[in-house]
Amino acid sequence: MTAAALIALLIGMLLLLIRAIAGPTLYDRVLAVNSFGTKTVLALGLLGFVMGRPEFLDIAILYALINFVATIAILKFFRYRSFQVPLVRRGGQGGGNNG
Amino acid sequence: MDDVIDVNIGMEMVNIVLLGMLFIVGIAIARMRSLFGIVMLSGIYSLVSAAWYVAVDAVDVAFTEAAVGAGMSTAVLLGAMLLTSRTAKPEKPLKNLGPFLVCIVTGILLIYATVDLPGFGDPNSPANSGVGLTYLQINWHDTGIPNVVTPVLGSYRGFDTLGETTVVFVAGLAVALLLGFGERSLAETIRKEDKAPPPLPKDDAISNEKEGKE
Repeated sequence: MTAAALIALLIGMLLLLIRAIAGPTLYDRVLAVNSFGTKTVLALGLLGFVMGRPEFLDIAILYALINFVATIAILKFFRYRSFQVPLVRRGGQGGGNNG
Repeated sequence: MDDVIDVNIGMEMVNIVLLGMLFIVGIAIARMRSLFGIVMLSGIYSLVSAAWYVAVDAVDVAFTEAAVGAGMSTAVLLGAMLLTSRTAKPEKPLKNLGPFLVCIVTGILLIYATVDLPGFGDPNSPANSGVGLTYLQINWHDTGIPNVVTPVLGSYRGFDTLGETTVVFVAGLAVALLLGFGERSLAETIRKEDKAPPPLPKDDAISNEKEGKE
């Protein structure tokens, strides 16, 4: 049963790979990378159970955290064109988000 | 419980699928001209290779690959893209011939070097017969951690690992101090010298930024 789920996940990863390579717009690719990360987390969890060592779940949790941070970084890059803009700006010139 | 019986063949299949994905992503990165797409694909490459490291039981390498490859280097590459252009220059086919030959020769040399390596899990190999065997024998009594690599890095060579971590942390801190943060950073300075107050991109400015034809 877990093996079947793992095969389904790998097929899903292949489909996402096609979207990430072919994707016409930037957002297709961002979405593809984000859901590819989620698929990797699930695949690692299943892989642990297939191999008979469920300890891999810890690593899957770490991957989930990294995936989240990377997506936030990419989206912040698109909103502000820089990673160095603080989330709350102190007024002044150049402020795009007022609150 | 056919899962347990087929686990070896299943692992072979998982390895083949993951390595095939790495191959596809590598080819796509080499063919693509949009830098943003390349950055995204390199993130996928890191994720797949980290998953593969876990599949072949190199958990510590997988941790590093996931943290550095998928998390950190994606952000760093995006920041580098901020300072350059969005697409690569169109390539000249004849100019690629030299690097292509160098890659082929290097690959052949590496494959030739693997002939001398001991087999996977060979008990007579130097790594398994010397101190590695000692670690395998005393590890469970000392620490009780099932993966042997983890106690070697974190317990037997704990101070070594602490020193390495300190060095990497200080190096990162020094780079961050040199490049600066916020409005006095290098990127902001370059942008201010480029033109007076930069208009922050509105949503329409982002949406009409489609990628070039590949």
